[in-house]
Amino acid sequence: MPELPGLAKGLGVTFKTMINTWTKGAVTVQYPHEKEDLAPRTRGVIALKEENCTVCMLCARECPDWCIYIEGHKEKRPPRREGGKPRTVNALDRFDIDYALCMYCGICVEVCPFDALFWTPEYEYSESSIADLLHDKDRLGEWMVTVPDPPALEAGAVKKK
Amino acid sequence: MMLALEIPYWQLTILKTVIVLSIIPAGAIILGYVFLLKMMAHMQSRMGPMEPGGYHGWFQLIGDGIKFIQKEDIIPSEADRRVFALAPLVVLISTFLLYVVVPAGPRLVVQNLDVGIFYALAVSSLGVIGVLMAGWASANKFALLGSLRAAGQLIAYELPLVLAVVGVVIQANTMSLQGIVHAQADGAIFGISWIGNPFILTQIVGFGVFLAAAQAELTQTPFDMPVAESELVAGYMTEYSGFRFLFFFMAEFGTAFALSAIAATLYFGGWYQPFFKTGIMADVLGPVVLGAKVMLIAFLIFWIRFTFPRFREDQLQAFAWKFLIPVSLVNIMATAVFKVVL
Amino acid sequence: MAVADQQRISYIASQAADVRLNVELQTEEMTLNLGPQHPATHGTLRIVARLDGEQVVKADVVCGYMHRGYEKLTEVRTYPQVTTLINRIDWLSSFANEVPFILAAEDLMEVEAPPRAQWIRTLFFELSRIANITLFIGEMGVQLGAITPVFFAFRDREYVLNLIESATGGRFHPNFDRIGGVKDDLPKGWIAETKDAMRRIRGYCDELETLLMGNEIFEARTRGVGVIPADVGLSYGLSGANIRASGVDWDLRRDAPSPLAWKELDWKVWTHPDGDSFARYWVRLQETREATLMVDQLLDGLPSGPIQAKVPRIIKVPAGEAWAHTENPLGEMGYYIVSQGGLGPFRCKIRSASFHNVSITPWLLKGVYVPDIITILSSLYFILGDIDR
Repeated sequence: MPELPGLAKGLGVTFKTMINTWTKGAVTVQYPHEKEDLAPRTRGVIALKEENCTVCMLCARECPDWCIYIEGHKEKRPPRREGGKPRTVNALDRFDIDYALCMYCGICVEVCPFDALFWTPEYEYSESSIADLLHDKDRLGEWMVTVPDPPALEAGAVKKK
Repeated sequence: MMLALEIPYWQLTILKTVIVLSIIPAGAIILGYVFLLKMMAHMQSRMGPMEPGGYHGWFQLIGDGIKFIQKEDIIPSEADRRVFALAPLVVLISTFLLYVVVPAGPRLVVQNLDVGIFYALAVSSLGVIGVLMAGWASANKFALLGSLRAAGQLIAYELPLVLAVVGVVIQANTMSLQGIVHAQADGAIFGISWIGNPFILTQIVGFGVFLAAAQAELTQTPFDMPVAESELVAGYMTEYSGFRFLFFFMAEFGTAFALSAIAATLYFGGWYQPFFKTGIMADVLGPVVLGAKVMLIAFLIFWIRFTFPRFREDQLQAFAWKFLIPVSLVNIMATAVFKVVL
Repeated sequence: MAVADQQRISYIASQAADVRLNVELQTEEMTLNLGPQHPATHGTLRIVARLDGEQVVKADVVCGYMHRGYEKLTEVRTYPQVTTLINRIDWLSSFANEVPFILAAEDLMEVEAPPRAQWIRTLFFELSRIANITLFIGEMGVQLGAITPVFFAFRDREYVLNLIESATGGRFHPNFDRIGGVKDDLPKGWIAETKDAMRRIRGYCDELETLLMGNEIFEARTRGVGVIPADVGLSYGLSGANIRASGVDWDLRRDAPSPLAWKELDWKVWTHPDGDSFARYWVRLQETREATLMVDQLLDGLPSGPIQAKVPRIIKVPAGEAWAHTENPLGEMGYYIVSQGGLGPFRCKIRSASFHNVSITPWLLKGVYVPDIITILSSLYFILGDIDR
């Protein structure tokens, strides 16, 4: 029949954990009052730097869910040098990311050739209506202030150019 | 129970009924909150409820109770309506009747029966009928499995419960619970009579058997096959929701409170404390002391509950019939021998 | 293992006694549906069991409630998009799902990732193994009734998830492997944090050994239950810890050629001769400890250098077919890619471990008691996303 030691040692483990919770505190974070610090690379929400965007449509094409909606038009801007031709430039009309569809995979951020999209660790943007989860380009621009600096790399890494 | 003023018998009965009816939910809530919510959480490195009521979530269970009362009453279409509705009441009545004999002070007992402990054990086995009714009336195969397992288990573990108590009865010479408390109070350990002679010292084996059997009577892990959450969803309680589930919950924790109180009375001296043996102070301190002892025993019950996995049904029955009953029989023989010799 | 033999014999004897009684009493059979919604099946698995009393006469496993059409999805996605999607097949050890796919694609493109990338891949592979199996070790307790170990599991698994998050950005779905290497290098301080986390995981393994594995009730519930003989297991295609617990010494990390860094490490393959549920639990517990030691070795020996080989920006894999398989936490996972030179695979067959692991269940469940159904299911350890894809 059951010899006590195995059962008793198990009781000891739970008792010790209880004492640890009383003396050292629980491992849980009491969410609304305390918040966890997230790593700088955490994929919370995507921010858009509008001046870098050239409406190349790469992010919208590569998104696995097709949750990025981009509309742009061609504009003529004054030439860079005197006497040159006016240059045509893509201007951004609409850049929406639908966070109800977004998988937070990061392909759009990675694929953008002009560094217009950035990850930020913000996560508190839940809404009561799904339609509000479509962030338009102004709201995406507002997220830019929360973008952290990329972390320093470990020893042995080769810096990307 | 004698009071300063004379009250007619029927008014006294109503008063006692009201008191007991309020102790059951109060005891259930206190036990549930302290042990099920808070102690379990601390043993799992988390805090338990913190928000309801502001300070460490003390309002959680009361709020849950209010929530259950206002829920929709769902009865499965194939269920036997009358039996389905009566089953929680039967279990609750068995709990209610348990509190009749538990003494909380020298004069604080609903009815000091001469066959106190015998009556308590007899009445606690009424709950089996309620469990069977619940499982059968639910028209649900999981519930049926759960209640059949419960029937086998609860009946099997009645025997160790009774046999463990027989040791105490032999030592105390009486079956009345007040008498058992007085026997412990007036006893002496090797001549030191200040704290009396709590039967835990001589009946440690009986206490172990009683605790294991009580754990099984309450269908707590490691004996919770009837309510095996990971297999049968909720066993015989699967189809119960709303206030009917509240009755089952209150019955379970109310019985836990009552069985812990009985264990405290049998083995730890009940309401007895060595400072105020008689008088009004004994009546005031009695319930407090009994409550503290109940918390200690409930701590043991719930500590075991949160640590161990559950037995399979046949292992459970083997444990009762092949281990607990022989051990308690040996305990009775040893107690009888020592009683005659010493 | 005299105790296990004894228990096995007594279990078989009690089953035989029950069958005799059922025949004598001419009892009727009852069909119990452990339906798609059930606390014990890890997701939406359905088991239709015909019971005689509490014994199973015949059990049928119905899966497919979570079928998401992965193989069809891969036909219309590009390679980076497929990498994102296949994270979600076995969601507890996501990185491990990406690796065989990327290896097969690299095989077709004839590209080799630099050594630092291979070591980082192995590192994350072992971290995802730890994340996955620590949950199993705790969760098997819940299926048996012990509610505390699973909270310990989640508590200590958090350390690993936080590590994965600080390096890749995602706790559950890192999306970190790329054809030619990995996406990013490790942030500063990560190596020290990982060593600390590995120490904690080892402490957790010790704690669980005392709390659950050393518990007599646990042993009584799992020894002799669900014995899989080695030949039966192999014929059903069992892989991973399930087959190692039946005594078969087979581990793809050691036995199959792979560009990842397992060859450079000093580690041991754990087997157990019994083949019952206890053996499966024991093997997985030892494997978790072994994985923490491997992670420590990987951290110490991490070579420096670039983390991505030169691949074109728009990846087009040349035509051909390739197969790559790895020892995932759940078993053997493999991808067979048929490419026709396009941006994405033409057809991709996913060999997932749990699908084959669960196929032995009808054979295994004959004659067991209802509680043992749960023990056996949880000891086989499948993830529904892995079964149904």
